[in-house]
Amino acid sequence: MEQTAPRLLEVKDLKTYFHTQKGDAKAVDGVSFSLNAGEALGLVGESGCGKTTAALSICRLLPANGYIADGEILVDGVDYCKLNDKEILPHRWKDVSMIFQGAMNAFNPVKTVGWQIAEAIMLHDGLDKKAAMERAGDLLELVEVPRDRVRHYPHEFSGGMKQRAMISMALACNPKLIIGDEPTTALDVMVQAQILNLLERLRREIHMGMILITHDLSILGETCDKIAVMYAGRIAETGSVDDIFRHAAHPYTQKLISCFPDISKRKEIPDGIPGFPPNLIAPPKGCRFAPRCEFSCDKCREVDPFMRRLSDSHSVACHLEVEK
Amino acid sequence: MAGAFIPPSFCIVPKEVTNLSQAIRIAKKIFYLLITIFFVLVFNFVLFRLLPGSISTKMAHTAHANATALANLDKYYGLNQPMVQQFLTYFTKLLHLDLGNTFASYGGGTDVWDVMASRIGPTVVLLGLAEIIAFILGTVFGVIAGWKRGKVIDKTLLTSSLTFYAMPTFWLSMMLILIFCTKANLLPSMGMYTTGFRKEIVGAAAYYKDVARHLILPLACMSLGLAGEYTLTMRSTMMDVLTEDYMTTARAKGFKEGYVLRKHALPNAMLPMVTLICMNLGFAIGGAITLEQMFSWPGIGALTYTAIANRDYTLLQGIFLLTTVSTIVANFLADILYGFIDPRIKNS
Amino acid sequence: MRQVRVNDFFRQVRENKSAMVGVCIIIFFLLVAIFGPMFLHFDVSQTGANIRDTWLAPCRQHLLGTDHLGRDLLAFLVTGARSSLAVAFFATLISMIIGTAIGIISGYSGGWVDNLLMRITDFVLCIPWLPLCMVLASFMGTSIINIILVIGLTGWAGSARLVRAQTLSVKEMTYVERTVSLGARNWHIMFRHILPNVFPIVFANTVLDAAGAISTETTLSFLGLGDPTNPSWGMILYYAEANNAVSRGAWWYFLPAGICVILVVLGFTLMGYAFDEILNPKLKER
Repeated sequence: MEQTAPRLLEVKDLKTYFHTQKGDAKAVDGVSFSLNAGEALGLVGESGCGKTTAALSICRLLPANGYIADGEILVDGVDYCKLNDKEILPHRWKDVSMIFQGAMNAFNPVKTVGWQIAEAIMLHDGLDKKAAMERAGDLLELVEVPRDRVRHYPHEFSGGMKQRAMISMALACNPKLIIGDEPTTALDVMVQAQILNLLERLRREIHMGMILITHDLSILGETCDKIAVMYAGRIAETGSVDDIFRHAAHPYTQKLISCFPDISKRKEIPDGIPGFPPNLIAPPKGCRFAPRCEFSCDKCREVDPFMRRLSDSHSVACHLEVEK
Repeated sequence: MAGAFIPPSFCIVPKEVTNLSQAIRIAKKIFYLLITIFFVLVFNFVLFRLLPGSISTKMAHTAHANATALANLDKYYGLNQPMVQQFLTYFTKLLHLDLGNTFASYGGGTDVWDVMASRIGPTVVLLGLAEIIAFILGTVFGVIAGWKRGKVIDKTLLTSSLTFYAMPTFWLSMMLILIFCTKANLLPSMGMYTTGFRKEIVGAAAYYKDVARHLILPLACMSLGLAGEYTLTMRSTMMDVLTEDYMTTARAKGFKEGYVLRKHALPNAMLPMVTLICMNLGFAIGGAITLEQMFSWPGIGALTYTAIANRDYTLLQGIFLLTTVSTIVANFLADILYGFIDPRIKNS
Repeated sequence: MRQVRVNDFFRQVRENKSAMVGVCIIIFFLLVAIFGPMFLHFDVSQTGANIRDTWLAPCRQHLLGTDHLGRDLLAFLVTGARSSLAVAFFATLISMIIGTAIGIISGYSGGWVDNLLMRITDFVLCIPWLPLCMVLASFMGTSIINIILVIGLTGWAGSARLVRAQTLSVKEMTYVERTVSLGARNWHIMFRHILPNVFPIVFANTVLDAAGAISTETTLSFLGLGDPTNPSWGMILYYAEANNAVSRGAWWYFLPAGICVILVVLGFTLMGYAFDEILNPKLKER
């Protein structure tokens, strides 16, 4: 892949830890990925693998006990890690915005939806309230929500509509990058499809970068260009959709894909992955997946695997030699 | 690509329906209110009739009255009539807002209504101002404590609020009187105004200034106790609100912490506070009793105390009625008010 | 299983700093109340030999000074602990029993029983507590039993509400439905199944009620409605006020008693809040 301009997003060796009573939990421990303008990256892994934490780290939206220990986060060339808490404010929502998991509570129940969309516009684009509310109405129409809903409160919206409103809110300041954290998890399949189509269409029209975080592989196939698989705070494998689905190199990725029932194959319950994710406060030496991996060997348990390039698009952090 | 998304028509509720359902809700509440007030009246009546001892027994202990005089006394107050009769008399009189006559005299005549009316002013002033001050202090300190949870300022505020909440108000008054009156002689410790200081004599300005001086200590005692409670509640509500998802959304938009607190956290945290304060109004009247006693503040609380000492039924009935009804009405208003400020109820 | 839960509870209490502070305070006062009088030099009823022994500021002989009759205030304080804590304990017990019973019956039965009981509870909540207690106490006579009864019989409404809410949520639990379908009788369900689940919240709330009971008892005694034969801290304050201790500047008369009340109420409140946090499933997520 050639790059003529700086990438939209480059995360280099990000380490985000949480202070806990028993020590620091290494939720994200050396994660690197990148994204070009207009591309969609899918970040996938089981609960607790650090994908949400990685996403929150980009705009430094961590809870009180979280902190970025190391790494670089370059958005259009600007390293967010070097900005202090005041300097990062203008970048939030204007350059990078988020769609949060569970729009149920992401809206303030005592303020109208229109106002909540408009306040970001008033802050970053300097419009007055009337103009901002107009824009909010436009944005709602963009996501196929009736315009007069601008004056309604969140509890008057249905689940799918709320999610659409969240998307329109995220688009309010024309961000360069939008991060969707499980944007469709709580929705039924029909609405899920609608939302994903909407995101796709907007992305292509506005040429916006997108990171889609999910534990559901099926949606990634349709919407993303690249996929990064995370496990226990590390990236296990990255590659194009084709690389991951057809030529998965990491045993964990292979298991993930096999867990997913294939409509063409015969009916059988897939094997789960035995064991539990490792303790993030004291992760095991060597490969973090080794305790649960059926192919692990002594080297796996001793030496931490580094990212190995298998092709231009495909990299994996595993010691095993892969047969394609 | 899917066509335009047409929302189901039931999602959009026309304003007429909303207003109607709101009106029905309020009507139902008023109905329950009236029923409760009726029960209060019955209870009020029954309570004082059932208790042992009456005005004549008290008189028998104190004055050297003979049997005839006591019997006449009973007759005057209708205490020798059968219970049902007494209740009917009581009820009909009530409809005319006639609460009867007091047994003793309190320097306001003997009509219960008049006596209460003359005393309610000072209590309202004291209570009203105390609630306002406590509300302001409680909100400010509660927000700070909740925001800076775990830090030194939070621990300090928490400990002081708990201490003031745990403190008997009259004990606080004793301490303050000791410091400000006995030792330092800075402030008056009794009454609402200096004896002889009447508006007609010294003029309005001097009179009110005098009242204000007398108000300081009782006001301080009452507000501090209430403020402790309000701080604790606000802190607790703030801690709940700060963990909500919409706070993260607001921060993600790039707003400063102060804005997020003001515009997002506070409106949500205020909701339970408003209800609490309205409901508290009823209970605050209880607190006024000891305080008014301590400072000889001529309000309803002091009147209650004297009335109990005098076994003054009719007056007590009147006072009870007043306080109970105002508590009920305060709760009712709190309910209605909440329905207006919480959009989830307003538009459901 | 229940044993494990109890142990778990104690462990969590130990780890919670404010709970431990509260527990320590209460245990301290309990010990003082139970064993204190054995260590006193002076008997509380022992009045001073002559007028020079009255109104003494704290000195070597009388650590907390003497009152208007020359009685040792430290002795007064220690014996007062017994009355105050006893009233709080028994009154709270009464209101807890009544409140829990009404709450469970109301929540479990539903229908008109629930409606009626809740109307009554709401009604009791509207009546101003202190004036009611005052009226009852003054009319019924001021023995310590009466005080306990008065506070207990008027303070159950808050618990009843809470218990009812908890009962409603427990009622929905599947295993209760299964027990019903097995044909168990109502009383059996209410007390063998619902009560154990409701108990944790009841317990936390009871501790908070105890704080309220002490406050009320102190206030009632201060207003002269306490039992003179069983003096409590409130009565010390009453005597102080009645004999103008404040204008005499005799701070030792009322300062220690007040501090004791504050500490005990604080102790119960801290314990109550901590227990609520530990035992209330909704608060656990915070």
